[in-house]
Amino acid sequence: MKIRHINIIMHKELSSYTRSAFGTIFIVVFLVTSSWLFFQSFFLMNQSTMRDYFSILPWLFLFLLPAITMRLWAEEKKMGTLELLLTSPLTSGEVVWGKFLASLGFLTIALILSGVIPVILFLIGQPDFGPIVGGYMGAFFLGAAYIAIGLFISGLTDNQIVAFILSVSFILVLLAVGNDLFLNTVPESILPFLKSISLKTHFESIVRGVLDSRDFVYYGLFVLTFLYLNIFTLNHRKWR
Amino acid sequence: MAAVRVKNLRKTYGSFEALKGISFEIEKGEIVGFLGPNGAGKTTTVKILTCFMGANEGEVTVAGHDCFSHPMEVRKRVGYLPENNPLYTDMTVYAYLQYAAQLHDLPADSIHGRIKLVAEECGLVEKINELISTLSKGYRQRVGLAAAMIHDPEVLILDEPSVGLDPNQIIEIRQLIKKLGREKTVILCSHRLSEVELTCNRVIIIDLGKIVASGTPTQLRHLVEDHANLRLTIRGEKEKAIEVLKGISGIKRIEINAVRERGSKGYDIYTTKNRDIRSDIAKSVVANGLELLDMHKEMATLEDVFSQVTTRVES
Ligand SMILES: Nc1ncnc2c1ncn2[C@@H]1O[C@H](COP(=O)(O)OP(=O)(O)OP(=O)(O)O)[C@@H](O)[C@H]1O
Ligand SMILES: [Mg+2]
Repeated sequence: MKIRHINIIMHKELSSYTRSAFGTIFIVVFLVTSSWLFFQSFFLMNQSTMRDYFSILPWLFLFLLPAITMRLWAEEKKMGTLELLLTSPLTSGEVVWGKFLASLGFLTIALILSGVIPVILFLIGQPDFGPIVGGYMGAFFLGAAYIAIGLFISGLTDNQIVAFILSVSFILVLLAVGNDLFLNTVPESILPFLKSISLKTHFESIVRGVLDSRDFVYYGLFVLTFLYLNIFTLNHRKWR
Repeated sequence: MAAVRVKNLRKTYGSFEALKGISFEIEKGEIVGFLGPNGAGKTTTVKILTCFMGANEGEVTVAGHDCFSHPMEVRKRVGYLPENNPLYTDMTVYAYLQYAAQLHDLPADSIHGRIKLVAEECGLVEKINELISTLSKGYRQRVGLAAAMIHDPEVLILDEPSVGLDPNQIIEIRQLIKKLGREKTVILCSHRLSEVELTCNRVIIIDLGKIVASGTPTQLRHLVEDHANLRLTIRGEKEKAIEVLKGISGIKRIEINAVRERGSKGYDIYTTKNRDIRSDIAKSVVANGLELLDMHKEMATLEDVFSQVTTRVES
């Protein structure tokens, strides 16, 4: 695996986000929706914290991130450009990592731009610094996990809409198994298991500011697993 | 050493056998036409040669490396224009060629010069900063070709490079391919006979997953030489003329054609393979008191070869 190769793919994918209107639309939608949801509760509660903001993110990401990953493979398959990519002297691993890092980079740009919110908070009040940093770290890792799923699912189809719907459903399940409403209905014995696989419980624990290495290991393994599955499906493709 | 060597290649899609054991070799510097009707298995073969797809059985070596055990080595040395010429249409020509160059590990400081060179060769200079989505089909085809040769590959594989082009563009692309063929090995898939005949040194005809004929265009024409016929115009009685012709050995069949002048008739003579009986005919016709007004030999065309080796219903 060569960093240079990963870089080429990453650069190409990132610039295709910025070339099209899609990139701008995505960032605007993300910033407007999240700040609107945030300030709505902020003025109601009159508290200088971003806790509510970070509790919205898993649900906002649920719809936004599959929108940035759905095209990554599906479009290449539909257009036939996959054939160019996979007959070039790059390994599947390099291409998968390149695409993953491009989406993650794009998410990072969006998160950095949303930094206006904490800046405003610091200007008008005295929020706690720790939870905000934790929140952003959690958002980054949660986003990485969503992107890895979305990328993998995009590789299973040549239809972007199908990729989007499947990704949203799959992420929804992994979020739901950590939701209290759902957890109340299951037998006590499998509670720890469900909590340990849910994307949400780990996110909440990072956001709370408890930096437990288990949460980071969870996201790390999660991402690696789906990237590996993506590479596997590419190497064992049967179609065409 | 051969640039491409394929041995007993088999490929199935599910239960459908697309390639039923094909073998061929292509020498360095040859331009080889891969000819066959729709669904013959041309694209399937090419996808295996470019390491896009695996096979069920067989050995494939391209540019000195095994496609199955060392695909990366093969990919570095092959330039590929896939069927339907897929491109990233949201990029400019320059950005696309740059991306193609980077994918092939060209050193950063040589990329600009290389793009200029292939853009000139493919006639893309004035379009270099345009978005690919705004280009006409012919120009897109040139972009595909330019990208395929950006890394100066040893072997160029072009799957139907001139489909959808107008006659002028076809001629230009054909000249370009011929020029490339001076130093590279080129495989050209096509079902356009004239294209293959005019550009290729050698033709491999494939049908239903099998090679049915192969050789230079001239050799192939010889294959169906017995189809080649002689057209005669003889003045004199029809019955007598036929009787005289029947007396000459080496004639398989005689047909009367539409040529009709005052007192004379046209005859098509089908000869048996590889025998020139023109002087025998001339002598006997004249010796029997008939007048031979005209005689010429019709060459078999590649069309004849193609339709003969790929017909599915015996006539
Ligand atoms: N992915 C696939 N799944 C199933 N069958 C396939 C697949 N790809 C090709 N085939 C079949 O394999 C056969 C050979 O196809 P191929 O595309 O190699 O033909 P071709 O010679 O390139 O034809 P054309 O001139 O139409 O491009 C065809 O019968 C086709 O239907
Ligand atoms: Mg084809």
